[in-house]
Amino acid sequence: MSKYTEDDLKKELETKQYEYGFYTDIESDTLPMGLNEEIIVAISKKKEEPEWMTEWRLDAYKKWKEMIEPKWANVKYEKPNLQKISYYSAPSNKPKYNSLDEVDPELLETFKKLGISVDEQKKLAGVAVDVVIDSVSVATSFKDTLKEKGIIFCSMNEAIKEHPELVRKYLGTVIPKTDNYYAALNSAVFSDGSFCYIPKGVKCPMELSTYFRINEAGTGQFERTLVVADKGSYVSYLEGCSAPSRDENQLHAAVVELIALDDAEIKYSTVQNWFPGDSKGKGGVFNFVTKRGICENNAKISWTQVETGSAVTWKYPSCVLKGKNSVGEFYSIAVTNNFQQADTGTKMIHLGENSKSTIISKGISAGKSQNSYRGLVHMSPRAKNSRNFSQCDSLLIGNECGAHTFPYIETKNKSAQIEHEATTSKIGEDQIFYCNQRGIDTEKAIAIIVNGFSKEVLNKLPMEFAVEAQKLLEISLEGSVG
Amino acid sequence: MLEIKNLHAKVEEKNILKGINLEIKPGEIHAIMGPNGSGKSTLASVITGKEEYEVTEGQIIFENDNLEDVSPEERAHKGIFMSFQYPIEIPGLTTTNFIKTAINETRKAQGEKEMSAKDMLQKLREKCDMLDIDQKFLSRSINDGFSGGEKKRNEIFQMAMLEPKLAILDETDSGLDIDALKIVANGVNKLKTNDNAVLVITHYQRLLDHIVPDFVHVLFDGKIVKSGGKELAFELEKKGYDWIKEEIKS
Repeated sequence: MSKYTEDDLKKELETKQYEYGFYTDIESDTLPMGLNEEIIVAISKKKEEPEWMTEWRLDAYKKWKEMIEPKWANVKYEKPNLQKISYYSAPSNKPKYNSLDEVDPELLETFKKLGISVDEQKKLAGVAVDVVIDSVSVATSFKDTLKEKGIIFCSMNEAIKEHPELVRKYLGTVIPKTDNYYAALNSAVFSDGSFCYIPKGVKCPMELSTYFRINEAGTGQFERTLVVADKGSYVSYLEGCSAPSRDENQLHAAVVELIALDDAEIKYSTVQNWFPGDSKGKGGVFNFVTKRGICENNAKISWTQVETGSAVTWKYPSCVLKGKNSVGEFYSIAVTNNFQQADTGTKMIHLGENSKSTIISKGISAGKSQNSYRGLVHMSPRAKNSRNFSQCDSLLIGNECGAHTFPYIETKNKSAQIEHEATTSKIGEDQIFYCNQRGIDTEKAIAIIVNGFSKEVLNKLPMEFAVEAQKLLEISLEGSVG
Repeated sequence: MLEIKNLHAKVEEKNILKGINLEIKPGEIHAIMGPNGSGKSTLASVITGKEEYEVTEGQIIFENDNLEDVSPEERAHKGIFMSFQYPIEIPGLTTTNFIKTAINETRKAQGEKEMSAKDMLQKLREKCDMLDIDQKFLSRSINDGFSGGEKKRNEIFQMAMLEPKLAILDETDSGLDIDALKIVANGVNKLKTNDNAVLVITHYQRLLDHIVPDFVHVLFDGKIVKSGGKELAFELEKKGYDWIKEEIKS
């Protein structure tokens, strides 16, 4: 009989191809490659932006030029040549659609391959989908329902024109232009993204959802998302990503800012599946994202992420717990396979009294990948009686991958309580044989073991997203067992 | 049902089984006894198809199929079940979910539809009652933090749920106190029909007081050196294994 060893398991994991490797031939209106002031002015002009926005971008560019790329993350990669990237690419036949029937059929075909047909999404439990393909929003749905409640959910580009007072008030307030190298770059060149505003006391009646997707060859994508939840409001925001397979590395440097005013709550969920590179480590997306939210008094921000893609992931969705009794949560599943590298985690900055934070991080490494958790819990002198609980679990599959945990704890007051728990385990041949003996094949065995391991985080995702995330986990880890 | 012919097997270049012959018919209970290191657990692993055991000679025929190139999960689908000597812990995976997956994967392999949630629930309840298991235990991670007795009881519970044709009980009595032993044995007896068979692997005779075998085989140095009825187990208990060793030498 065939002997099933750990080596076979590894081989299977390597042979699993990226299932969404295709790309759509849509005419694009693309700017020449490179980055300078003219390009930035050109981006701003193409988007018909007001002057203040152009100035904002130019200021960010000047600051960015002075900055150097940080090197502290536990990842190795060849620095992308930022002069060989085109900073703007929009589908050229871009009318404003009233219904999806008018959308370029090829574009719809792309969604179909992704399994995220917009129609289907629309039906799903009242999900409003604002689809971003190659940086420009082409379809927005459910707008009218949202409008009734006074909720603004639109592309960033539109928000700059239609709601300049809100954008000017909040843009860059959580993540300043100079925050870090890639945030500064994003501030200078961001192409589009989503803007969301929930008025005072309004509970958003549906999950707001955006699908991002890199499409044009050689186009970096610089999304900018801003979510503002006014006093006493609530919103659940979903972000899902998938990218077609490419040989050259693609850079993705998004910025997401969340603002939860007094008594407001924002739940932000991400399922990320950028092209991870092939089994030899060639290609794949560099995902250098800055995500941060600020909580005022009694406000709550909850980040949930399922990261399965990208060649290199570098992101720390964070919470600044500024207000009294504010709450920050971070639930994460990060899967790495083949040559993927992930350095991800969170920062919980406790400033207000009685602020609370919870961190649950689940890292799964397979193949030759490296998976790092990096997290900071900071208790300021004012953050009296604040509490944090962190739990970091790592699951290893095979003998050539790595799991690393870098917890940073800084506390400046005695009344704070911080707990940190960590475990590392390995899917063993014994576990697989136990499943096999009960009639469960190896592929399914890995899926159920990984699902069990990730359950605490999967449970935090909205229902329809959880199903998709579960599927993604299986796709990322299953081998093509014959 | 099961026919083992001149079975030789090795693990890590070490020959463990050196020519085993055994036939088990439907409705029978067989016991394999023997001193430590005689190859009892190896035999169980080889029948279930564990990867690191290599069959070097001989055959295992189950329900007229040669198991030579049959994967462990396919053997399970055909109706071979093993109660593990050391049941494996899988943190995060609930017992219910594990059993549900096992049952549905087996049904899928046999071209049947998944069991409905209602039927599944009913069956889970029924078997819990039978083995005196608190249903809360079903939502715990499988074997994770279970006591030795709980693990063994869980194995028999899985057997009850999967309803195999051939159940191999590998040292099921180890780690069980007398009450747990009775419950487990009682469960096995209730599951016994004229169409299925049980192979009990044990070092001691005490389990055989409760699960009464039709045949007892003594395994020594990779071979079955003596076979008999249930009285052979008593004799072994009384005289120990040295008696057999002496007999072989002479």
